[in-house]
Amino acid sequence: MSAGRGRGSAGGAGRDPGLQPERTRLAWRRTTLACTVAAVLGGKSALHGGASAAGIAGSAVCFLLWLGFLLVAHHRIRTLATTARPPVLAPRHATAAALCTVALAVCATALVV
Amino acid sequence: MIDFVRNVRLWFAPQRIREEGGTPDYRFSLANERTFLAWLRTALALIGGGFAVDQFLPDLRWGWRVGLALALLASGVLCALRAVNHWVRCERAMRRGEDLPVSRFPTVLSLAVAVVALAMVVVVLVGWAG
Repeated sequence: MSAGRGRGSAGGAGRDPGLQPERTRLAWRRTTLACTVAAVLGGKSALHGGASAAGIAGSAVCFLLWLGFLLVAHHRIRTLATTARPPVLAPRHATAAALCTVALAVCATALVV
Repeated sequence: MIDFVRNVRLWFAPQRIREEGGTPDYRFSLANERTFLAWLRTALALIGGGFAVDQFLPDLRWGWRVGLALALLASGVLCALRAVNHWVRCERAMRRGEDLPVSRFPTVLSLAVAVVALAMVVVVLVGWAG
């Protein structure tokens, strides 16, 4: 992960000395990692009682939510990496990321109760 | 409440934020984004904790296990929703040149986590005694 730090956001000119885009990119990576951990715990918990149809469906939902989060994160990371003055995060994407998290919690509630 | 509904509409409509005020330095927006992500990680950690309580404490009585797990999951949901809301409010405040919004949420979340932790301690002690 630290290898990403060395690279400039968009080549030499006008490079931000505070490395703000890089830091934001790494924050997205960390968050994706946290989402992975939560989704893996969810999938494991769904398949806990053996591979029933409901368990497989639950873990598939967890996987899809993780995939959704990954897409949002990947899109944002690419924007941050390729533009010199990155635009503001679109509220749609922020909402999508948060809703993936909420849906994971709803999925967990269904599994727990 | 009406403020909240207006904020929820802003979650989905990027151009409405852009209509207000001037564009702040992109570094401030990125810092706001990182704060949002940090809150999202907190929410994910709480949800992961909910899964973990359900799965790794199988000896617990049903009521305690489900209660603790649901408390963690509910705080995770609140944390995620609040993360977007706070991000939108901060972004708008920066565009308008206002003070950043203050909030009681960190205190509430800390208290909730403290209560869950205390409940865990009680559960473990009772488990040893019984």
